[in-house]
Amino acid sequence: MSGPVRATLSGGRQHFQHGPIDLVIEAWGAPAEVAAAYEQAWRAFQPALETLVAELALLRAPVGSVVPLARGPVAQRMVAAVWRHRGVFVTPMAAVAGAVADEMLEALCAGRRLDKAYVNDGGDIALFLQPRRHFDAGIVAEPQRAALGATFRVRWQDPVRGIATSGWRGRSQSLGIADAVTVLAASAAQADAAATLVANALNVEHPAIRRLPAREVKEDSDLGERLVTVGVGLLPPEAIEAALDAGLREARSMQRRRLLAEAFLSLQGSARTTASPGLLRFTKSR
Amino acid sequence: MSNPLEVRDPEDALAPDCGAMEGDVIRCDACPVLCRIRKGQAGACDRYANVDGKLVRVDPLVVLQRTLDSGGQVVRFLEPGQPWDGALVSGANTFLTGIGATTTYPDYKPAPFIVSSRMQGVDMVTVVTEGIFSYCGLKVKIDTDRYVGPEQSAVRVGGEQIGHVTTAEYGSQMLALGGVRHLTGGTKKEGTVTCEALLRLANKEPVEVTIDGGATVVVQAGAAPVVNGAREERMRVGCGSATIGIFARQWHGHADEVIVVDDHITGVLTEHQAGRFLEMRPAGLRVRGRKSTPGRYFKVAEPGLGWGGTDITDPLSIVERIDPKIAWPGLRLLMVSTTGEDAEWFVLDEKLKPQQAPMPAPIRAVVDRIAENCEPALCTVLFMGGAGGSLRAGVTENPVRLTRSVKELVTRVTCGGAPVYVWPGGGITLMVDVLRMPERSFGYVPTPALVLPIEFTLPLARYQAMGGHVGRVVPLADALAHAQFEAQAWPAQNPWPVGA
Repeated sequence: MSGPVRATLSGGRQHFQHGPIDLVIEAWGAPAEVAAAYEQAWRAFQPALETLVAELALLRAPVGSVVPLARGPVAQRMVAAVWRHRGVFVTPMAAVAGAVADEMLEALCAGRRLDKAYVNDGGDIALFLQPRRHFDAGIVAEPQRAALGATFRVRWQDPVRGIATSGWRGRSQSLGIADAVTVLAASAAQADAAATLVANALNVEHPAIRRLPAREVKEDSDLGERLVTVGVGLLPPEAIEAALDAGLREARSMQRRRLLAEAFLSLQGSARTTASPGLLRFTKSR
Repeated sequence: MSNPLEVRDPEDALAPDCGAMEGDVIRCDACPVLCRIRKGQAGACDRYANVDGKLVRVDPLVVLQRTLDSGGQVVRFLEPGQPWDGALVSGANTFLTGIGATTTYPDYKPAPFIVSSRMQGVDMVTVVTEGIFSYCGLKVKIDTDRYVGPEQSAVRVGGEQIGHVTTAEYGSQMLALGGVRHLTGGTKKEGTVTCEALLRLANKEPVEVTIDGGATVVVQAGAAPVVNGAREERMRVGCGSATIGIFARQWHGHADEVIVVDDHITGVLTEHQAGRFLEMRPAGLRVRGRKSTPGRYFKVAEPGLGWGGTDITDPLSIVERIDPKIAWPGLRLLMVSTTGEDAEWFVLDEKLKPQQAPMPAPIRAVVDRIAENCEPALCTVLFMGGAGGSLRAGVTENPVRLTRSVKELVTRVTCGGAPVYVWPGGGITLMVDVLRMPERSFGYVPTPALVLPIEFTLPLARYQAMGGHVGRVVPLADALAHAQFEAQAWPAQNPWPVGA
């Protein structure tokens, strides 16, 4: 069994990895404060995976009418994030990456004086911002190409401290066919859960889409026998539009219920966004 | 001595513990998640997979081992898939390839592995990395005289242009595929489709391409091309004129005229220099097309999938007329294609009309010899890409010195251990035959760009002199002690890259 490992990347960024968790962490502030922040984040990180897996069975079970009683801090964040989505099929695992990012961000910042910081857990990102600080971020619309689909700025006064992206190509399984659904929400766990479910809703029936029962792809999948997407061929424009519309309806519904702030959806070169003028601007860029 | 693993993804260092079997499901104990992984699946991390009941790292470092050619005894110290057990390593016979080495792109750090070994008393250094090539493409040589399409025509996969038809070469059609303009200069879809096609071809998999105004061709490195569904078995022995030259003496006395049908140059024996030399009597058969020099004709027909890469299926259709003043009844005529695949024997009747007749054995023997002299038709794929960019910073702090050292042949460049040709002029633009590289050497990144192994080998003293990352050099044995790797046999056709 291999334990958690830590490496320092360029610019002093920290890379923590343990099993499936890959974190890149960066903080801004006085050097001594930043160094102390990294140390306390590392201390919190080391037992995190073991604590989490102790409750794995509970976290892989669908959320029904009773709030699952999770004990660990990350598990509790996962349950909280998916609870309000319980009308559709969802397990707390839908928020696992975001919840880890949130928990590590809290460990990083507790008691420290930092200007801003982020914890990036494989694309699900938790943010910390002091007043008048901001983060600029870009959305990769198609994961197979690194070209940016949109850029946006998260300002300190925006109701956004989490960014998450979901799609069928990612490491997590998806019921939908999105190349990428990026969600901005109040926390990384909320963004993660919302992105997962919007990506599930971004869907259409078409012969070019290949699906397999989740367990045939990953034995331990929390999605059981549900069909997950394993291949999407080139789709005709009308199928792309229909799938994007279905996803956007779900995103708008979540936006009304304050489950997400904004969402950006992309599929085979076409995109949709919930962004309304005045809040976060999605700048289309090539 | 620094640890080579500091500069890699730290996780890559970790050899998997053996997982526990539960039926055909492995319980992976590489981390506390303890994934249950069924055969053919990967764990939650996508780093470990169940391959035929064994838990393996998905992307192990590939190490090539040379067997000792003197003394007769082969010492195998690395069992495939097993971590090194601490036994003495003979660096002279082990070469670390870039496959699975990972990259430090954009190379703000030294390359993932910089290893030293001793060869013939000289300390050598090999810098091992996986390069990301945005400026890259494939030059594909298709051994066929069949018409694949006009020069400059678009080559497409799934409707997207991935390259073009370039010059026709001797017995072969050339395609230039990929390149930065198709990878990143066009639409997203064009880039994605191009990258996927390049990746498959470079990894020796088949890809079907369609050529505007031409054919559909299935291309696979090391395999015969399939043009419009027809598998090309062999290359032509030469053009029609060359075929006449090669076989004139063997036909002499058995035939009065031989016409070798070819899309490029059709040859007519008695008019040809070779026939004149043998003092053959002119036969009076005029073939169509444009006369180049005596006995050599261009454009006797249109290009196609018929005889000798032309569109004809009836060979007599290229005979424009038969001169009654010169030809004679009983004249024996052989018509044959440049591969010997198509051949017919005629004898002129009283009215000087060619009548088909059974081919005499001596003529049949020569026709068969044409076929025998045709080499097997193959598709060959050369990767071409530019390694002159930031990749060099992983090797030295002063990149131009690496370029110069490569040009001066002090630094030897290999891709997965395979020799490369470095194009003269500026930069490090290299070409490598993908067939000489280990299986699945190529990967990709979403840019899109191809990823492939690249190794730079040079004497330690020269490495110091060029400003190399000398502090990062570790003995080969130390690198192997930490890496999860897979050992493969050194391909015999490749020269050993380390040493003088």
